[in-house]
Amino acid sequence: MSLPSARTESFLWLAQRISAMVLAVCVTVHIATMIIAVQGGLSAAEIISRVGGSRLWLGFYLVFVTAVAIHAPIGLKSVLREMTALPMRRIELLVGLFAIVIAALGLRAAFGLYGLGGQ
Amino acid sequence: MQTDQISVSIWRGGEDGKYQTYRVPRLESQTVLDVVTYIQRELDPSLSYRFACRVGVCGSCAMTVNGKARWTCRTHVSRVADGGAITLAPLRNLPVVKDLVVDMAVFFDKWEKALGSFVGDQTRDQALAAVSPADPRRREASAGIECIGCGICYATCDVVDWNKDYLGPAAMNRAWTLINDARDVARLPRLQAIAGDNGCLGCHSQQGCVERCPKSLNPTVAIAGLKRESMKAALKGELS
Amino acid sequence: MARVHRNHPAYWAFVIHRLSGLGLAAFLPVHLYVLGLALSDSTAFADFISWSNTPALKALETLLVVFLSAHLSGGLRLLALEFLDWRNWQKTLVALSGGFSLCIGLVFLLYAY
Repeated sequence: MSLPSARTESFLWLAQRISAMVLAVCVTVHIATMIIAVQGGLSAAEIISRVGGSRLWLGFYLVFVTAVAIHAPIGLKSVLREMTALPMRRIELLVGLFAIVIAALGLRAAFGLYGLGGQ
Repeated sequence: MQTDQISVSIWRGGEDGKYQTYRVPRLESQTVLDVVTYIQRELDPSLSYRFACRVGVCGSCAMTVNGKARWTCRTHVSRVADGGAITLAPLRNLPVVKDLVVDMAVFFDKWEKALGSFVGDQTRDQALAAVSPADPRRREASAGIECIGCGICYATCDVVDWNKDYLGPAAMNRAWTLINDARDVARLPRLQAIAGDNGCLGCHSQQGCVERCPKSLNPTVAIAGLKRESMKAALKGELS
Repeated sequence: MARVHRNHPAYWAFVIHRLSGLGLAAFLPVHLYVLGLALSDSTAFADFISWSNTPALKALETLLVVFLSAHLSGGLRLLALEFLDWRNWQKTLVALSGGFSLCIGLVFLLYAY
């Protein structure tokens, strides 16, 4: 089985860096929200009152989830390649599955929470 | 720290060798290479090691001294002797031939793989190329040009350790000087050679190479430059 | 002895980036799954929140916040290193990013409880 081409690896690298730039913004917002929102304890009511029905938050979380689902699996690919003896095919399969799981769970949560509010 | 003697543990044998300890008289201004030479001449003539110039020009006496790759000729015992003891091993990441001698073939093969030699298209009959020393590309090239190929960066790099096909800092530093050489005509094949995870994208900027380079070069800067250039080539559809 | 070549600031920055990345990648599916619980089963979600209110889990939560801010600042450091012209201010960047993530951790501890 041949390795991915230099071109494919280059595009994956670039995707990881671009998603990193997007995440830099998202994570800053996320940390700020966390520090503000968690005051007095995290609750479903707090999350739903903030995120529910808000297109702005929905848009934010859609971007956030997409960027994470791109960023994390590519990083994981490097780690698995360097730190385990798994063949490249297996690694690609694993991180591909990981990307799908993150995207599915993330999109479900983002759309679901949006749908809970908005009266 | 003037003890009369130093205890020197030296790797003996091939890949499956072991350390052997020698006691060597402590002298003023003694280098680690002096110590190895003393052992080979006075205590154990079967000890194999490599050196040539003794003054930091040739780069052939690099070894692992107390866990760090160093030129032994430019390393004073006083700087490294840990309680009067020194441990010497061959360079990491390269096959051991015997004792302190490693096989440098892979290291230089990777220079070739990275297209680490100049490719020109001019002949001696043509005028000399005019390159201003102030030109930014020339400065970039000049910053990395002093590499003498001692292998210290290669031996220090963990990515080399983790990925046997990774080209390593020296080869890519060399490729970067050539990419910035206005006279060189092999830009694209060279970018193709250093692109991807076995080339510049494998670098995690751990900067052990920068930390240890005896010439104070900065291969991480060179590799970052290669990342940007190979990315531009990939976006233009020039890479395969 | 065999590992002393790793003992310098940029290497430690790499170790922290890798560990925090792995920690976050492991936590992410749990995080998103629990958020999903808030939709389908709000009692299960509330149970989880109260279960996570122990000192040990609060400490783990703070660790994850530090991981996130460390991965953020370390990642910005890497982006600067790879995309900007630089030479000699690397150690300053390592120090800045380390300081930033510790600050975030402290602020989180102060304000979140």
